[in-house]
Amino acid sequence: MTDTVKEHKRSFYRTEMLPPKPPPPASTGVLGWMRENLFSSWWHTILTFVGLYIIWLIVSFLVQFAIIDAVWSGQDRTACLADGGREIGACWAFIRVWHNKYMFGFYPEDQQWRVLVVYAIGAVLLAFLLIPRAPGKRLVMLLLFVIYPVLAYILLYGMSSLGLPVIETTRWGGLMLTLVIAAVGIVISLPLGILFALGRRSQMPVIRFISIIFIEFWRGVPLITVLFMSSVMLPLFLPEGVTLDKVIRPLVGVALFASAYMAEVVRGGLQAIPKGQYEGAQALGLTYWQMMLLIILPQALKMVIPGIVNTFIGLFKDTSLVSIIGLFDLLGIAQASLADAKWATPVTAPTVYLYLALVYWVFCFGMSRYSIFMENYLHTGHKR
Amino acid sequence: MKRTLLGIALGAAVSVAAIASATAGTLQDVKAKGFVQCGVSQGLPGFSNPDEKGNWKGLDVDLCRAIAAAVFGDASKVKFTPLSAKERFTALQSGEVDVLSRNTTWTMQRDTALGLNFAGVNYYDGQGFMVRKSLGVTSAMQLNGAAVCTNTGTTTELNLADFFRSHKMQYEVVAFEKADEVVKAYDEGRCDVYTTDRSGLAAQRLKLKNPDEHIILPETISKEPLGPVVRQGDDQWFDLVKWTLFAMINAEELGVTSKNVDEMKKSNNPAIKRLLGIEGKFGENIGVSNDWAYNIIKQVGNYGESYDRNVGPKTPLGLSRGLNALWNKGGIMYAPPIR
Repeated sequence: MTDTVKEHKRSFYRTEMLPPKPPPPASTGVLGWMRENLFSSWWHTILTFVGLYIIWLIVSFLVQFAIIDAVWSGQDRTACLADGGREIGACWAFIRVWHNKYMFGFYPEDQQWRVLVVYAIGAVLLAFLLIPRAPGKRLVMLLLFVIYPVLAYILLYGMSSLGLPVIETTRWGGLMLTLVIAAVGIVISLPLGILFALGRRSQMPVIRFISIIFIEFWRGVPLITVLFMSSVMLPLFLPEGVTLDKVIRPLVGVALFASAYMAEVVRGGLQAIPKGQYEGAQALGLTYWQMMLLIILPQALKMVIPGIVNTFIGLFKDTSLVSIIGLFDLLGIAQASLADAKWATPVTAPTVYLYLALVYWVFCFGMSRYSIFMENYLHTGHKR
Repeated sequence: MKRTLLGIALGAAVSVAAIASATAGTLQDVKAKGFVQCGVSQGLPGFSNPDEKGNWKGLDVDLCRAIAAAVFGDASKVKFTPLSAKERFTALQSGEVDVLSRNTTWTMQRDTALGLNFAGVNYYDGQGFMVRKSLGVTSAMQLNGAAVCTNTGTTTELNLADFFRSHKMQYEVVAFEKADEVVKAYDEGRCDVYTTDRSGLAAQRLKLKNPDEHIILPETISKEPLGPVVRQGDDQWFDLVKWTLFAMINAEELGVTSKNVDEMKKSNNPAIKRLLGIEGKFGENIGVSNDWAYNIIKQVGNYGESYDRNVGPKTPLGLSRGLNALWNKGGIMYAPPIR
């Protein structure tokens, strides 16, 4: 019988699998992808072509304006005026001339190395902190959050005893001021936000009450109101002869404002943690802070990374509001530069705003990419 | 970490606050701290705007420099605080700036109700109209039925309404928030007329595609005297700012310029001798050295020089003197004599 089966097998069955055949050419590669995603029905085909047309309109306009018709160098407005029938696009010559001011405001040019040093140290420390595999996290944390702010302050503001001339905050400006406000806002708002989120869920009525009042107050007023209050009303309340630094005022306002939003984001994460986690921690005999720092917050914060980064990005963009209270941040200095009659042309303003959009976009896009990277890195089974 | 940061922030704030001492009088304070703190605009072409080197330029800025030259003999001892229209008066009232030189219209309300004093007029502005040459309009009286582009919520809009109503003419407002939007709309032909202050018209005209195809009509429909402002109740400082401006105007009238001021010291003209401090002790009376006006003229120039440099016909703005010419040359710029 075994023999017959063997015979049988040999004659009727294959003993090895067929090699898989390639899928039909129409469903693979670029063509297949396009067929699947762009032309799967007549309706999709129409949408695809309409979409392509719109993209073509935008891209061709931008290329025409920003590259083909652009003026790259020149000394004054005559370079960017449409004479001789040529259509004039972006006036990059203007940006070139003003670029230093856009980056540093009125920070004296021979002292700008100080800003660059602050950038460089910050970038190295941030890289160590943000790259998950880099060693020495605790040391870097200490450096970044305790030593670095002091160092940055001394370098930026100056200290005559160290041979660094004092540069008043009124001379700070451009991208540098934008980054200072955003960085201080981010560094203050995250810990403060976590504290207020915990406070709002606390069992202790006084703490809970204070947290609720703080959060609801700052969430209830628009940032622009906060800035106006700090710049227009606050000086009237201060005793005569006492003035608060013009940069410190909005800095505090922006930081507290962002803290309230951060608190609500973090609270969302805290509420999403199942009660069992709290009870488990308590059953193990952990104290409140041990429970929060070791069990609850690591899970909660991970879950709300998109929300946290969202708040950071919003904060970064909101810094541009300080330009309306007379600070020359990136937007403020750009608008002031438009008042330069030497360069007034029909294309100057569009060029400047295109440039600003690009700069803001690069920063915000960078933050959002990092947040996606962190989410993927930290995801431990919650991801669907 | 946040405590450290807050500590730093507060430390910085207090260290800056410590500069301002008890107010003995603005002049004493200014002399003690070593510079004049001057409030300017966030950027208005020809009046106060930073250039690409980061230096402030403009008619209003020159006045600030002149005040510094009068007080310290050094026009560079001045610091500028850019102020928005909303915060400018608070900044002056709270002592954040010593003088506000920010294209501010002198009105009764501001002069009397805000605890401020206007120390003079350094530019007589007024609202005007710009139209396309192709319309063939030569007077604002021919604008019946026109569509007018302007900024929202400013006195410009009110003046416009007053003007058209008082002349029983029809019009249609096309209003925008920002000056750049208004110019763009006008350039694209969404309205026939663009109205704002005449100095503003000249500046915005540069942003049009073909500036030569547009003309500014002769009528001026409002009075906008712009001038420096100081806190009320400090007459010494008020006098100093006022006479700094007068010295610049008097210098032009007497033909003293930054170039010839050294030769003029030898002049026999008693008015020039008094101006330059050769005769009399006029500087001491306002609390500064007697060569105060010499320093102003030498380092900043007379009013005419400042005008020509910042807004005059040879600048991109190309504003003719008009009302701002001296009183003996067809304008209304007039300064009391130094004697």
